[in-house]
Amino acid sequence: MSTARFDPTRSRSEPPASPVLDRRRFLGEAAAGACAAAPFLLGVVRLPAAFGQQPDGAYDASEHYYGMGVDPRRCIGCARCVAACKTENDVPAEPHFFNTWIERYVITEDDAVQVDSPNGGLDGFPPLTQANVERTFFVPKLCNHCDNPPCVQVCPVGATFMTEDGVVLVDDEYCIGCRYCIQACPYGARYLHPETHVAAKCTFCYHRLVRGQVPACVEVCPTGARIFGEVRGRATPLARFMRFNQIQVLKPHLNTAPKVLYANLDGEVR
Amino acid sequence: MPGYIYPNEFELQWGLLIVLYPYLTGLVAGAFILASLERVFNVREVQPTYRLALLTALAFLLVAPLPLLAHLGHPLRSHEIFLTPNRKSAMAMFGFVYAWYLAVVLLLEVWFDYRKDLVLWARNDRGVMRWIRYALTLGATDLSERSLRFDDRAGRVITIVGIPSAFLLHGYVGFIFGSIKANPWWSSVLMPVVFLFSAIVSGIALVLVIYMLTTMFRWRKVDVACMDKLAQFLFYAIVVDFSLEALDFIHRLYEAEESIQILSQMVESRLFLSLIVLQFLMGTIIPLIMLALVSPGLRKGGFVRLPPELKHLTYLVAAVLIQIGIFSIRWNVVIGGQLFSKSLRGLTVYKVQLFGIEGLAMSVALLLLPFVILWALVKVLPPWMDEAPGEAALAAEGPAAGLPSQG
Amino acid sequence: MRVGGSDYDKYELSFTIASQCAGSTSVHIRALMPRYSGSRFRGGDGPRMPQQVPRLVFVFAVALLAMVIARWYLVPDTFGDIGHYRAAAVDSIAARPMKYAGHQQCTLCHSPIQEARLASNHKGVRCEVCHGPAAAHIAAPMEVKPSIPRGRDQCILCHAFNPSRPTGFPQIDPVVHNPLTPCKDCHDPHAPEPPVVPESCAACHGEIARQKLVSHHASLECEVCHAAPVTHKSNPRSARPSKPTDRSFCGACHAIGDPRAAIPQIDLQTHGQPYTCWQCHYPHHPEAP
Repeated sequence: MSTARFDPTRSRSEPPASPVLDRRRFLGEAAAGACAAAPFLLGVVRLPAAFGQQPDGAYDASEHYYGMGVDPRRCIGCARCVAACKTENDVPAEPHFFNTWIERYVITEDDAVQVDSPNGGLDGFPPLTQANVERTFFVPKLCNHCDNPPCVQVCPVGATFMTEDGVVLVDDEYCIGCRYCIQACPYGARYLHPETHVAAKCTFCYHRLVRGQVPACVEVCPTGARIFGEVRGRATPLARFMRFNQIQVLKPHLNTAPKVLYANLDGEVR
Repeated sequence: MPGYIYPNEFELQWGLLIVLYPYLTGLVAGAFILASLERVFNVREVQPTYRLALLTALAFLLVAPLPLLAHLGHPLRSHEIFLTPNRKSAMAMFGFVYAWYLAVVLLLEVWFDYRKDLVLWARNDRGVMRWIRYALTLGATDLSERSLRFDDRAGRVITIVGIPSAFLLHGYVGFIFGSIKANPWWSSVLMPVVFLFSAIVSGIALVLVIYMLTTMFRWRKVDVACMDKLAQFLFYAIVVDFSLEALDFIHRLYEAEESIQILSQMVESRLFLSLIVLQFLMGTIIPLIMLALVSPGLRKGGFVRLPPELKHLTYLVAAVLIQIGIFSIRWNVVIGGQLFSKSLRGLTVYKVQLFGIEGLAMSVALLLLPFVILWALVKVLPPWMDEAPGEAALAAEGPAAGLPSQG
Repeated sequence: MRVGGSDYDKYELSFTIASQCAGSTSVHIRALMPRYSGSRFRGGDGPRMPQQVPRLVFVFAVALLAMVIARWYLVPDTFGDIGHYRAAAVDSIAARPMKYAGHQQCTLCHSPIQEARLASNHKGVRCEVCHGPAAAHIAAPMEVKPSIPRGRDQCILCHAFNPSRPTGFPQIDPVVHNPLTPCKDCHDPHAPEPPVVPESCAACHGEIARQKLVSHHASLECEVCHAAPVTHKSNPRSARPSKPTDRSFCGACHAIGDPRAAIPQIDLQTHGQPYTCWQCHYPHHPEAP
């Protein structure tokens, strides 16, 4: 019955076969797939330039200004973003190095707030032990790519900086590893990379942006809790997100002007 | 789920080495300010400690950047701080403040102060020492009255420049911490001022200890007036330092911002020993009472009149306690500022390693190194007035000044 | 050697400058002292610079020169081209390899599966969420194959019941929901609508069902208060169930006069006006005051 929507020719009277075991459909798809893939396999057609291992020269940083919207009400805490980020950016697998992580908030009726993020959310979240839970939710965290970044301000040598398109990056060939930026970040978004001994953090997957792709965490978020795009003007999903939601940022009193924008954020999140 | 720290906060970034750095620079600034008392403010009593204070400052200043260097992820890139300093970064100025203070203030002051003696010593020396001392004069061997007067005036000018420089050196270290708005334990306008006064306290206490011990080991008599004056200044400096710290503490408690809960929790648990016991009780209150009773700080001759030996022992104990207290202050600032999460929801722990580049052994070595350097400096540049070539030696040179010694 | 006081002042002036900005002073001093004749000045007469000054100026000049030369050689080429950083760093970060290829690339070969997925409740779940990073597969389609999760683990990451998940997100209890059976036996991951439209609302609304189960409303079926259109079960977001609209709905049981004495009853006219019942009482767990 459910398969009827993508296969309207199929009769409703047919027994509801398990779709994966449906040999007829599998063969059909396999054939179609092979046909579609043939030109690539034969080397006749090349993949679009946007997908190369090297960025093409066409990217113009001055045309972009990136930000990310986060809607905690959509976050299911599956931590696919955390896993994808670790893979995409070669983040150390050990549990204390994260470019992005998921926090679970549990607020009980006595107004006690408990937060946890076991292995950044990667190991799942243990069952709640509290009675009288008032509200509970997940919040994805990452570098806020502040417009007024305290980490960039304090870097003594100019090894961390904001690019023209608004992304805060670390030059890992120039960083001296003094860790002042880690101290200056109010959000705990930076860490010292255990192998390269330089500061490391979320790059908004800059290497993907220049190839026209969204950051890996956005790509794999199954519920659309992360929305990526331009914070200025352009018609992107983020622009719509900013228009239709009330926007909050983390620790606004520090005047860091984050470009990671949260919709419907609970006041206990910090 | 007791308490929460951001996952990246699990590792403390600044360990024992960074505790050493403000401690060492504090000693430098304090010792220099003590030296300036004699030079600029004409406090004659502390004259026996003048050169010793200068050399102490120099020895500690030479070591001060080493802990910084050792904790860097890439020490070989440290020169970048001179090549491409970020003008907006407080830390970028370190290189320049340090270079200014070392080259323009301390080295020049020591050089002008010792030049005459270096020339005279070099004439009487044999072997390597003769050449070391001659090289240190940079070949400027003119001992004419005019030239010596120039030395004296130059030294004075440098000391006058040096006082704000010493304030800059250590106030700036305080600013490195005080300007971090992300950290409520650090972020405070009072931080540079508190650092400065605690620096003065620690510097005076250190010179007092070194002066007393070296004099004893040389079997000379300790200058009673000098010790009293040192103790008196030490007392005043602690009073100011303690008042500033109390002000900072009360201010935080009274404002009770959102961080107050986690900070109180931290002070009551993780920092109880180092802040309440070591810094407050042992490092401040007890020496304060000792000095108030014994030193001439409040009443000429002190409230409790002790025989000189016992009095000096009291000073010595107070000064050692103060050193422990000031080290605890540095610990409480540097480590304390990282023991709570910036989520303000949990505390973490700091475990000192025993060995390794950021371990305890390294820190102890770096604490002892200034004394080794000081020992070497004292060999080349004896600071004792009773060993300095007197006016007689200069007069004996007569018209032959500048020529090799006649023996 | 005697020198007049005025000359001395001149020396001191020049010295002060020398000590502060040693780099450019030698010229200045020469201008002040036309008869200066090098560092040896024994013999001769007239105003001369103290021997110390040229020596120190020399030392400082050498140090500064060394610094300038070092800067010249050591500052990286592209430093400062755009801002206070190495412009080349941006390029090297941009050149890092991608591991997640992006769903657009998958479509090029696997369009039928993509179309099915895009028409299903998994339209937001892009290929690499379940199959992992695929850039290596795209670069070498035959040699490198992405993973195909066949057990329950991958599905449970999102669909195991967790009270912190948003209400309405389909969740099951993995312990009781067909344990040990791979999810794909019943649900096509590319079109995961359940093969049988769920009998029970609890299949998706587990959190509410669980709460209701321990409340005094346990005996009430969902349909007592909500009317769900048939299409809600197959396409939940397009046709939403109804909700009670006014106080009289709850009043049907809870207004004074109802014969069932065990039910708490209130005077609808006076109790809690002008609010609706569910502004204070949560209908799925009405014990809460």
